[in-house]
Amino acid sequence: MSQFLSALSEHAFLQTALLAGLLASIGCGVIGTFVVVKRIAFMAGGIAHSVLGGMGAALYYGFDPLLGALFAAILSALLIGTVRLFWKMQEDTLIGALWAIGMAIGILFIAKTPGYAADLMSFLFGNILLVPTRELWFMAGLDLVLMLTVALFYRQFLAVIFDEEFARLRGVPVAFFYLLLLCLVAVTVVLLIQVVGLILVIALLTLPAAIAGHYVHSLGGMMVIATLLGGLFTSLGLGLSYGPDLPAGPTMILLAGGVYVLSALLSRFLTWRGALRQATQT
Amino acid sequence: MFAHTLPPSPFDHREKASAIPPAAERPEAPVILVRDLSFSYGDALVLEQVNLSIAPGEFVGLVGPNAGGKSTLLKLILGLLAPQTGQIRVLGQPPRQAARRIGYVPQFPSFPRDFPISVEQAVAMGRLGIGPMLGWHRAADRDAARRALEEVEALDLARRRIGTLSGGQLQRVLLARALAGEAEILILDEPTANIDQRVESDIFDLLAVLNRRLTILLVSHDIAFISDYVSRVACLNRTLLYHGTDAVNAETIQQLYGGHVRLVAHRH
Repeated sequence: MSQFLSALSEHAFLQTALLAGLLASIGCGVIGTFVVVKRIAFMAGGIAHSVLGGMGAALYYGFDPLLGALFAAILSALLIGTVRLFWKMQEDTLIGALWAIGMAIGILFIAKTPGYAADLMSFLFGNILLVPTRELWFMAGLDLVLMLTVALFYRQFLAVIFDEEFARLRGVPVAFFYLLLLCLVAVTVVLLIQVVGLILVIALLTLPAAIAGHYVHSLGGMMVIATLLGGLFTSLGLGLSYGPDLPAGPTMILLAGGVYVLSALLSRFLTWRGALRQATQT
Repeated sequence: MFAHTLPPSPFDHREKASAIPPAAERPEAPVILVRDLSFSYGDALVLEQVNLSIAPGEFVGLVGPNAGGKSTLLKLILGLLAPQTGQIRVLGQPPRQAARRIGYVPQFPSFPRDFPISVEQAVAMGRLGIGPMLGWHRAADRDAARRALEEVEALDLARRRIGTLSGGQLQRVLLARALAGEAEILILDEPTANIDQRVESDIFDLLAVLNRRLTILLVSHDIAFISDYVSRVACLNRTLLYHGTDAVNAETIQQLYGGHVRLVAHRH
């Protein structure tokens, strides 16, 4: 860890990596809270994996893979959302299908793209150390879009997540805000792919918010705590992986996963002790 | 093949042209007017030729057996479903346009109990659609939420998390949410289905007070209990069998439930 801290001041790529992690954690805190509370983690997983199709196609045709990822993420978010809203049948099967189809398309494109095949690994598992500086601006831009949208329509998002039927009765365009929410999830997925890759995105999207939910009982509070936790996990994961030369993404995820399991046990214990104390008092 | 089971699209704004003049032009215009309404889910006819008119200030109890179409009729009046034949007017408007002037209390809360939200925030949700669309809850919304909580005698719950409430407390909070939006009509779907008898009486006493300024339409399966409170009972089993102002008699109940139901004696 001390090795990392001294290297951090010397190497610009480490500073970029650290910043990328912090920028990603804003998305995972704000949107991750929505995903956890609305219980759409599986949907988010489908969106994340189908993104490979877009990345592969972009790579093959010579565009920026991130742009391809953004396009594919929004497309599959709209597709999944539309089916959930208007079809209401076999939603989980469709998500599973989209999940697999997206990945298959991506792998075919990548296989046919001439050049270095190791790119596939960095899409799947991310490589925070290879984030170019200009991508930081792209990430910051996405963060700004996320925060502005959520701040402007906070009440509508809250209503749609809390109680769709009641929101509809109050004249909130539920379908619009539901699809918008899924698009924000898609944007967040693209943000996080830079850091941990698309396979592990779902962990960083849900675990910090879920841990926050163990202790904080307001949506805004969960967002703040989850963002801080996300920043902690990405920074600490980067630091811990640097010395022994481990891949950074999986280190971050194991850290988040470990804290989540411990926290779930702790909150369980606290609830149990609270109930016991109540019982002995009466 | 799928066409029959497709749910109606939320984007469906179609509304047949109205022959009924707006409420303001006629004295004592009905608050809710249902005319020749039929509705079916696929092949199953749920409502057939329903006619119902509710005047301002009434407290109407809608009773009937399970799957008799009570909840479907409420959803049509709320504009959550669109009528296939017939017409509905709420406060002289098509239901979708009038929905914001109705306070709705659902049978089951449709949110998870562990949702991270305080009672006050949940009640303030009833203010959506009032004031500017953008931004956070304003002080006016918070005040309205607290007034609504006070009206249902639940102001002390304002800071509590919604998941910590008992069934009766939650029902009061849902009632407050319905009131917070400056409702003119209150529509309740089995509001006391999941709470015990003593709390049920408290809630009905509260509704009796609210009835002084609001028209109320309430769905229940318990004729005996509600007939002490309502001004009129409407009995629904696919068709509207009875909607008089007299006490419900054994014959109606037999018609409604089909035979083997004992008429429960109740005091007036």
